[in-house]
Amino acid sequence: MEPRRDPRGALVRPYAVTRGRTEPLQNIALEAVLSCTATQCAEARFAGHDKYRIATVCEGRAQSLAEIAAYTRMPLGVTRVLVADLVAEGLLTLHTAAPATGFAARMNLLGRVLSGLREL
Amino acid sequence: MDFANYDPAGANRSREIISAKIVIAGGFGVGKTTLVGAISEIQPLTTEALMTAAGVGIDDPSKVPGKETTTVAMDFGRITMADDLILYLFGTPGQTRFWFMWDEIIRGAVGAAVLVDTRRITDAFAPLDYFENRNLPYVVALNRFDGAPEYEPGEVREALAIPADVPLVMCDARQRDSVKQVLVTVVEHAMLRLQAEHGFAAPVG
Repeated sequence: MEPRRDPRGALVRPYAVTRGRTEPLQNIALEAVLSCTATQCAEARFAGHDKYRIATVCEGRAQSLAEIAAYTRMPLGVTRVLVADLVAEGLLTLHTAAPATGFAARMNLLGRVLSGLREL
Repeated sequence: MDFANYDPAGANRSREIISAKIVIAGGFGVGKTTLVGAISEIQPLTTEALMTAAGVGIDDPSKVPGKETTTVAMDFGRITMADDLILYLFGTPGQTRFWFMWDEIIRGAVGAAVLVDTRRITDAFAPLDYFENRNLPYVVALNRFDGAPEYEPGEVREALAIPADVPLVMCDARQRDSVKQVLVTVVEHAMLRLQAEHGFAAPVG
């Protein structure tokens, strides 16, 4: 992992990067997957340092909220607020996380996970 | 506003990507991260959540000047199964005082494996209690440490009062194939539970 380049470092209060907001616009699950295209990523450059870092993590490779938090070394709650903002701004695409409700959809998902495991 | 499919370049015409997660639970130092690392395609990552020392309910530490913040760490791994399907494995924080985090970790999960160290079998009581009171399919996996006393699965089941309908498997958290078998058991058990809930008779044996 690269060292922190942010001169504010760990001294900054965790939620300062969200301007004190602790409630995300939507509650994104830990395993919810996000991605962004090169175009979205380029636009995110103007959304601020921390949001741009998030976009670069997701460019071209789908990443979960948990992965984004780990790679950017931001606390989960802070990451969730920023990611929800980026989704609302159209700079990140949120893919459905475990959307399967209902018997058939759940069984289908479980069946796919099962065969995926067996093929490992 | 709905930018869900906003994709100006049209490059990545979005196919939905589905993710699923399996929770690896157990006491402190029982081998959860080892298990995740044995099968994850990435080195297990750590994500941190901040909590005031006072704990649950206060999620804005900045409003409580002078209060200490505690970091709760969770380790997790990833298995990309297809272009549109990713499985995540989340380890629970070991210390029981972080149980409020477990509720978030298990939400929406396929199921869980409770890892048990046969050298410290009583450490498993608390995690097992937790899952007994949640509506999440779980299995118990006995992690065989070198030099640990050899117990018969039946003895362990009795000692830990594991219900008859909860699968119990032996495993070696360092071995990929062994871990794979644990995960397969979790998913199969989840499928049987789901079928039973929808009125399908569970196959005998």
